[in-house]
Amino acid sequence: MSANPGLHRFHGGLHLPDHKQESLTRPLEHAGIPDQIILRVNQHIGEENEPQVKVGQRVLKRQVLARSSEFVSAPVHAPTSGIIRAIEKRPVAHASRMSADCFVIEPDGIEEGLEPPSPIGSAHRIDKKDAILRRIREFGIVGLGGAAFPTAAKIETADRYNIKTLIINGAECEPYITCDDILMRSDPLKVLRGIASLQLILQPRETLIGIEDNKQAAIAAMQDALDKLGLDNTRIVVIPTLYPSGGEKQLIRILTGIEVRSGQLSFEVGVFCQNVGTCAAIARAIEENEPLTSRIVTVTGPGVRNPSNWTAKLGTPVSWLIEKAGGYSVDEPMLVMGGPMMGLELESDQIPVVKATNTILVLDKRDQPTVRECVRCGQCTEACPAQLLPQQLYWYSRSRQFDHAEQYHLFDCIECGCCAAVCPSHLPLVQYYRFAKGEIWEQRRKTWKSDQSRRRHEFREARIQKQKALEEERRRQKREELARKKAAESGDQSDTKPPAANQDLVKAALERVKARKKSADEAPRNTTDLTPEQQRQIDEADQRRRQMNKDKQ
Amino acid sequence: MLILIAVLTLSFIAGSFGLILGYAAIRFKVEGNPIVDQVDALLPQTQCGQCGFPGCRPYAEAIAKGEAPINQCPPGGENTIAALADLLDVDALPLNDEHGEHSDVPLVAVIDENNCIGCTLCIQACPVDAILGSAKHMHTIIESECTGCELCLPPCPVDCIDMLPVKQTLADWKWAIPQFRERDAHVR
Repeated sequence: MSANPGLHRFHGGLHLPDHKQESLTRPLEHAGIPDQIILRVNQHIGEENEPQVKVGQRVLKRQVLARSSEFVSAPVHAPTSGIIRAIEKRPVAHASRMSADCFVIEPDGIEEGLEPPSPIGSAHRIDKKDAILRRIREFGIVGLGGAAFPTAAKIETADRYNIKTLIINGAECEPYITCDDILMRSDPLKVLRGIASLQLILQPRETLIGIEDNKQAAIAAMQDALDKLGLDNTRIVVIPTLYPSGGEKQLIRILTGIEVRSGQLSFEVGVFCQNVGTCAAIARAIEENEPLTSRIVTVTGPGVRNPSNWTAKLGTPVSWLIEKAGGYSVDEPMLVMGGPMMGLELESDQIPVVKATNTILVLDKRDQPTVRECVRCGQCTEACPAQLLPQQLYWYSRSRQFDHAEQYHLFDCIECGCCAAVCPSHLPLVQYYRFAKGEIWEQRRKTWKSDQSRRRHEFREARIQKQKALEEERRRQKREELARKKAAESGDQSDTKPPAANQDLVKAALERVKARKKSADEAPRNTTDLTPEQQRQIDEADQRRRQMNKDKQ
Repeated sequence: MLILIAVLTLSFIAGSFGLILGYAAIRFKVEGNPIVDQVDALLPQTQCGQCGFPGCRPYAEAIAKGEAPINQCPPGGENTIAALADLLDVDALPLNDEHGEHSDVPLVAVIDENNCIGCTLCIQACPVDAILGSAKHMHTIIESECTGCELCLPPCPVDCIDMLPVKQTLADWKWAIPQFRERDAHVR
C-alpha cells in the first residue's frame, strides 16, 4: 500500500454519495440455479456469434453454445446442464427495448459438466503465453468492467505495442456498485493470479493496481495477498474517491500523469488497462478450467429489501436475483442495469444477466426530477472529466448541427453523466449526446453505402461499355470475313475488288505497268519523214503485231 | 525617359506574370469538373433515375452545369437538398414532388422466389448488380447491395418483386432525440 504523493488529477469529476455500504453488509453468496436460463447469444462488443446447438438438445455445463470465428468475438458457454427449450428473440438489456436472440435453457439441476481440458503447464514462456491467450479466447472472457470487449482481442492488439505499464482497475467509482469491492475482499489471490498471467503475456515494467480510498477492506485484503504472493514490480495505489476515476483515460491520468489524447489508444502510450473482475475470470479459466459462465452481480438500491452481492450464472433473470435479495421494497420500482450514472433502464425484471451486468439497481420511479430549460450556468463544463464543453454539445445536438458537435469532440464523451448530474435544470444531456452520436454513425453508414453503390454502378457501366466495344469489334470482323468470302467466290471476275491485304501490291503492279506503257509511248520514233514504202511496211508489221496480241489473248 | 522605364518595368512584370499563369494553367490543369464529383458525393447513389437523368452522375453533371435544379432527388430528400444548397451556395428548394416522394424508411426489393420464372429481365435493369441468378433459374436480391431504386419492378413479367422496409436491427438502432412532456419542460 503506498500513500502515493505522485498522483495526478484529471479535470472535473464529482464527489457523489457512494451508497456502497448498503450492499456490503452481507457476504457474497451463490444465487443458485434459476428455473429458467435466458442466455443471450451475443454478450460482447464485436462480431456476432453463431449458435452451435439445436432446440431440444441436452447441453452440459461449460459446453460452447455460440461462437464466431472473427477476431473480435467471444463464445458463450452453457452455465449449467439442461435442455435447450428455444432459441428465440427475448427482451434484453438494450436501450432500444428490442429483443435479441437468446438460448432458453431448462436446467436439470445436476450441473453435469464437460470433461475439463488439460491444464496449462508448459514451462516455456512463449508456449505458455500462446496457451493462455487461446484459453482466454476459447473461454469467452470479456472485459467485466462494463464494456464487454473480448479480452483476447484486446490483449493481442496491445501485444503489438510496447506495454510499459499494466494498470489494474479496481477503482469502481460509480455509486451503489460493489461487485469488484467484494471480489477483492473475498478472493484477492485470484485477482492477483490473473494479473500474473497478464504480466506473463505483456511483460510490463510495472503493474499498478488502482483502488479508490473508500474501499479500505479491499485494499487491506489485496495488500495482504500481494505480500503473500509476491508479484514483481507490482504496487497497490490508493487513489482519492472521485467519480469517474475508474474511466480508463481518467485512471491512466491519475496513476501515470499521461493524458491519452483524443483518438489515441492507451496502448500507444504504453499502457494496458484491465478490470479486477476480468483478472479473476482469467485466473478461473486458467486454473479452474472454468469458462466465463457466471459473474458477481450487486443487487442494490432503495427499492430492494436486502441489498447484497451474488455470484449469478449468466442468463439468470433479474427477477430471480431480486427475490434472492428479499424482493422489492417500493410499489413502483425502476430497474437499472449498471450504476445510477451510466446504467441502462430495464423495461421488465424478466431480462437476463449478461457478461456486462455488474449491478441491478432498483430505484423508486417517483423520484424522477422534472426537466427545465438550460440556464447556461456552465457547471457541466467544470464537471466534465473529458474536458469537453457539454453545453455546446447540447445545443449542437439539439439543433441537429452534428458537424459542429463533432468539431467539439462529441466522440471523446465517455457518457459518464457528470454533466447531467450537476445540471440544475436536470437536462438529460447524455441522451442528447447519444442521439447525436447515433445520427452521425447513421450518416457514416449511409455514406459508406452510397460509396459502395457508386462503385458498383460505375463498374457496371464500365462493364457494359466494354461489352459493347467487344460486340462492335466482333461485328466488324464478321463483316470483313463476309467481304473476303465474297471476293474469293467471284475471284475470276475482273470487276471484283481484290482483298485488302493485296491491294497495295496490285496498285504497285498497276503503277509499274502504267510507267512501262508511258515510257513505251514516249520512246523516240523516227517516223517523221517516212517514204510511202516504209509506211506501208510499218503498217503491215503493226497489223501482224495486233494479230499476234489478239491471238495471245 | 522616366516614363519609358516605368512602362518597360510594368510590361516586364505583366509579361512574366502572364508566363507564370500560362505555365500554371497547363501544369495544374484540372481534369474534368471538380464540382461534379462534389455534387455526386452528396447524392444518395440510388441510381433510380427519378430525377429524369440516367443515374446520379448525369444528374450531378447537370446540376454542376446549372441545367437542373437541386430538388429533383426523392431518395435524398430534404437532407440532400440542404447539403447541395450548402455546397453550391444557393437557396434550398422544397422537393419537387413531380419526381416522387421521399420515404424516411429505407426500402429493399425482395423477390418472391416461388413466383420467379428466371427471365433475367430484372438483372438487366438493376443499376448496381444487386440481383443474382441466371436464365430459367430463380433470382435473388443481395439485400446489402440493393439501393431500393425500384427499377427492377416494371420489367418483371410476373410481378414477383416487392419493396419492403429494411428491418431495424440492434446494430443500426439509434437513440431518438429526448422527448419531454410540455408540462415538465419547455424543451421542444
